[in-house]
Amino acid sequence: MIDLTVNGQTHGIDADPDTPLLYVLREDLQLNAAKFGCGLGQCGACTVLVDGAPALACVIPIMLLAGKQITTLEGIGTLEDPAPIQQAFMEEQAAQCGFCIAGMMMRAQALLQANPRASDAEIRAHLQPNLCRCGTHLRILRAVHRAAALILSGHPAATHAAGASGQAGGAAGPDRHGSDGPSPAAPEDRLRPDDRDLSRHPQQRERPER
Amino acid sequence: MGASDRVFAQYTLNRGRLVRAGKLALQFCKAHSAMKLPKSGRILVGVLGSVALAVGACSLLAWREVLDPIEPPAAHDFDAASVRRGAQLAALGDCGPCHTRSQGEALAGGRPIATPFGTIFSTNITPDPQTGIGRWSRAAFRRAMREGVDREGRHLYPAFPYDHFTLVSDADDAALYAYLMTRRPIRAQAQENHLTFPMNVRWVVAAWKLWFFRQGPYQSDAAHDRQWNQGAYLANGLAHCGACHTPRNRFGAENPSQGFAGTETDGWYAYAIDSAAHARVRWDAKALNVYLHYGWHDQHGVALGPMAEVTAGLGDVPDGDRTAIAVYVASLMNPPRLPAAGKAPSGQASSGDGERIYTATCAQCHDGTRPLPFGGVQLELSTAVTGDSAINLVNVVLNGLRPSEGAAGPIMPGFASALTDTQLDALMSYLRMHFAGKAPWPAAIERVREARRRARD
Repeated sequence: MIDLTVNGQTHGIDADPDTPLLYVLREDLQLNAAKFGCGLGQCGACTVLVDGAPALACVIPIMLLAGKQITTLEGIGTLEDPAPIQQAFMEEQAAQCGFCIAGMMMRAQALLQANPRASDAEIRAHLQPNLCRCGTHLRILRAVHRAAALILSGHPAATHAAGASGQAGGAAGPDRHGSDGPSPAAPEDRLRPDDRDLSRHPQQRERPER
Repeated sequence: MGASDRVFAQYTLNRGRLVRAGKLALQFCKAHSAMKLPKSGRILVGVLGSVALAVGACSLLAWREVLDPIEPPAAHDFDAASVRRGAQLAALGDCGPCHTRSQGEALAGGRPIATPFGTIFSTNITPDPQTGIGRWSRAAFRRAMREGVDREGRHLYPAFPYDHFTLVSDADDAALYAYLMTRRPIRAQAQENHLTFPMNVRWVVAAWKLWFFRQGPYQSDAAHDRQWNQGAYLANGLAHCGACHTPRNRFGAENPSQGFAGTETDGWYAYAIDSAAHARVRWDAKALNVYLHYGWHDQHGVALGPMAEVTAGLGDVPDGDRTAIAVYVASLMNPPRLPAAGKAPSGQASSGDGERIYTATCAQCHDGTRPLPFGGVQLELSTAVTGDSAINLVNVVLNGLRPSEGAAGPIMPGFASALTDTQLDALMSYLRMHFAGKAPWPAAIERVREARRRARD
């Protein structure tokens, strides 16, 4: 029995200590955001956070994780109350098939938690380990910039969703919504000019309130 | 040529100026000996005079003329073949990685280079007339390469490895010049170096050169064939292998008696590539050529850290140049010191946690059926495990491996967030005992902490 702390809750896991974290997340805990892509730690679809840093759940056995804080996409926001990174990915319609997106969001989350003012170059370099077969990279980059702007403008995602009554989405981890930033940079300002002209989904026109 | 010969050669070079300075000094002394001064005054004059003489002599030795600026040449001033050859030579010389800052414009400089004396920032070598080398004549470029002096006559710090580039032939310098002068000019002012006194004084570099710098160009070794000589010319010259692989003395100069003996620089260990080279499977010219071309070899593993930048560049050079380097370097390596491949007897190396971590985490790639580049290298073949320093193994386990920008290559995920320092220490002890048949590295956990600190900075 190994105690794993996932999204703030501790679970006693009765599995072989060699079992990769991903199998436990998906099969024992029914947390299905992290995906099985290559199983070799080469594609990033299984990215989760361990103690706030990105980790590839498919190659990390649970024996290494006792006492560490594991955060999955389910732990940073809910459908009703999405985290800035989730809100931004929806607004930018950054998913095509969607298989890589949970991993992309988690890796981006790790960066923005540490540095919501990351430059475009830093974002590109940081996301380099995660692969996308559909080729939605430009939308993904826009979404990460948008999430950074949401974080810097102070939790607009929490007030954005009209239906949300404001309650936190259950098992939110300690890193919920990243850090507060004093400077309310408009999301548009974070986008590079040449990206703005690309066609957008109609939903894109709804700007988050600030 | 010994150090004293070099002093003499330098002296001869500046003889005219020295003679004039000497006559002036003599007149000064004669004039002052006639003056009636108290004893203390005479001592003071003597001391001041000596200091002035010493400073004067140093300045004269260090003095280099300013070469006239030119109108930046146009692209059509150079023939295409020269530019093409220059591009290959620039890849061989690894100009790009040092002269490009992280995420910056190619060749526009600004990359910090840590030295024991402070941080030096690489300069802009695009043909921008104001901030780059746009106003440098071919002669000025050749002087920088051959003598380590910039167009304005300032001595360059040997972080720019002119102690190697001095060997480059005039023809190759001309091709490099043609390549660099036809790049897109980028306006980027070089950052000020952060150096401590006295290293921030340029003429100190002139003194350094007297003792540690031997001017080229390369002299062919008649005992070897043309290919070997081409390899020696490239490896010791433009490719400046020794800049990382040769230990340096406390003045930052490569120690000629330890050429290619292996050393640690900036958080990575550059292994011995001389007769002390140790690999389970002997390196030969063919294996080296493959490794330099692709950045990995199935019986030797994957190029890490700065070497990955080198092999990314060497992928673009003609096979003849790369083969020549491989032939030359292979000739320096004797049979390996380690016994042939084979794991330590089981039982000897059981290390509890370390073995369990290896089996659960590493074995599926490193002990599987997929060869490189799709699987991991068998760890008994890896110099990172069998070598003298733990640092490369620490770096790669924590941060993983990524191919260089734009290059294809093996990928390994990093385990920085998954492994605690203690877990990684246990894993390394196991790998060391089981795959290298050696005692664990002393204080390996310190190297782990150090590598984590470096990754954060």
